Amino acid sequence: MYMLTAIGSLTAMGLALGGVLGVAARLLAVEEDPLELELQGLLPGSQCGQCGYVGCSQYAGALARGEAPVTLCTPGGKAVAEQLAKRLGVSVDLSDHVAPVPTYAFINEDLCVGCTRCIKECSVDGIIGANKQMHTVMADNCHGCGKCVEVCPTNAIKMVKIPKTLATWHWPKPQSETLH
Amino acid sequence: MKTFPVRGGIHPEYRKELTGELAIERLPLPERLYIPLQQHIGAPAEVLVQAGDLVAKGQVIARRQGNISVHHHASTSGQVVEVTEIPAPHPTGLPQATVVIAPDGQDVWGVLPAPIADPFAASPQAIAERVAESGIVGMGGATFPAAVKLNLGIQYRIETLLLNGAECEPYLTCDDRVMREYTDEVVDGARIMAHALGAARIVIAIEDNKPQALEKITAAAAAFPEITVTPVPVKYPMGSERHLTFAITGRETPARKLTADIGVVVHNVATARAVHQAVRFGRPLVSRVVTVSGQAIAQPKNIEAPIGARVSDLIEFCGGFSQPPERMVQGGPMMGSPLPGLDVPVVKGTSGILALTALEINDRPSDPCIRCGSCVAICACGLTPVEIAARIRHDDLDGAVKLGVMDCVSCGSCSWVCPSHIPLVHYFNYAKGAVNAKARVDQKTERTKTLAEAHNARLERLAAQRAASRKPKAAAAATDEAGA
Repeated sequence: MYMLTAIGSLTAMGLALGGVLGVAARLLAVEEDPLELELQGLLPGSQCGQCGYVGCSQYAGALARGEAPVTLCTPGGKAVAEQLAKRLGVSVDLSDHVAPVPTYAFINEDLCVGCTRCIKECSVDGIIGANKQMHTVMADNCHGCGKCVEVCPTNAIKMVKIPKTLATWHWPKPQSETLH
Repeated sequence: MKTFPVRGGIHPEYRKELTGELAIERLPLPERLYIPLQQHIGAPAEVLVQAGDLVAKGQVIARRQGNISVHHHASTSGQVVEVTEIPAPHPTGLPQATVVIAPDGQDVWGVLPAPIADPFAASPQAIAERVAESGIVGMGGATFPAAVKLNLGIQYRIETLLLNGAECEPYLTCDDRVMREYTDEVVDGARIMAHALGAARIVIAIEDNKPQALEKITAAAAAFPEITVTPVPVKYPMGSERHLTFAITGRETPARKLTADIGVVVHNVATARAVHQAVRFGRPLVSRVVTVSGQAIAQPKNIEAPIGARVSDLIEFCGGFSQPPERMVQGGPMMGSPLPGLDVPVVKGTSGILALTALEINDRPSDPCIRCGSCVAICACGLTPVEIAARIRHDDLDGAVKLGVMDCVSCGSCSWVCPSHIPLVHYFNYAKGAVNAKARVDQKTERTKTLAEAHNARLERLAAQRAASRKPKAAAAATDEAGA
């Protein structure tokens, strides 16, 4: 008899609480915007924060809500801006969009004290070095977010323009005065 | 031999009479030689010498890096003055790592690799290896490492080696002179290359405005049944690899494929001569024949110049300028590029140096397009330049790519024919560069994404490990307390 009471009461509790959970899941659901996820996929995902938002997902959210322009992503540049505009179906005039000059971080090794702060800050593991050892930036990995510059206690890091070389140079667009 | 008519093309004034009948002259050794580390398509060579080193003629001074790269050699004996950066022979004149050599005047060959006694008994790999060691690039101007093209016989079944003696660019006569003066070397080089490629047939194609070259090459090739010498009609751009292949075989090379896909490998006649020198004598490529021409040159000449001689040395040898040139061009007038100055060196791909007058360059402002369709009619690649340029003007690069801008060979015929002087080929060169630059940016973005993901995964893993190591400690602490 006691056994049946126990089983019965527990079953009843289970059903009731389960019901509450089920209802709560419906009512209090956090809506994940599929558009937001898709936009996030287009962004570099390096969480550099240069757009002014905390990270790529926050920027993607702002884009999805139509609160942010598509041109904010510095590492992504024109290419990402174009993709975002295409996905969002907004027209954006990128002809005057002055792409920020691509830069990379450079550590003045004479000034580096080996504090490893920049290493912790780097979201792409672009800096090598260890405690009390000189650090250096692998320029190929660096995407120019500049977060390491801010944390360096000795101002040893500066952003350097990526030089134009024979391998990357191409002819500029012809300047035409008349419309053809 | 039957040839197939090539679509489109133009007939510019050739002006080859300025230098066509002038025998090749050797440039006296200049005071300094400037040998850049990158004179070819591919990775730059790695420098092996430093200031103060004595070098012998033909000594390797820069070693190839990676598969698509070539060695560079000292063009004469002397001392390395410095390894420094000087303006490259490129429209921008951007700095480029260069070995500067002060010749000692001896100009004697150092220790060279032994000649390959019987090249036709040697393995194809041995020939290709020798060509690679000798720093030979495509000398028509493309400067693609020749050894890489000789190795195509491994991956593809090559039926025909097509030797390109078309020389369709106006002004240039260096290939014509090489064919006339070094006929046997060219023919022997071609046979060696055909052996390396495993090609049964050799076709030497020469535009029929070079009757003496045709006659000489035909006579020299008569002894070899595998060689066919054939005149091709005079038409620009007949010397383009794809177009010459079509003229000879009647088969079109698929877009973004190689001519090797249809069993043909094309080499320039001067490359054949360089291969002959490398295989028969072990001599690396340290000089080339350059046409110095144009109406602003006092005495136009064909000059055999050591690699690294400065353009100003060659012009001085030609008696300087008869009038101030309006534009200096390296290569031919159709596809060549403007020179940034006269201090840049002659490199392996320098086929011509032209000092052109205002009359010759005929620079005029462009007018609106009248949609006459001339550019469509003459496009040798079957494209619609007017449509493509319109898209590029409006920054619609995707649209331009869809219309085939990447298949444009930049021959410049459309710009030449345009009655409104619209710089069509400039648009295409810009678009091709911009598309490639965008691909590089996409690649970088992709790399950043991968790196960031790996970074986050690592942080998560570390956090998990820390949490895991904390638990046993806590458990251990609890047992200790209980024990106490």
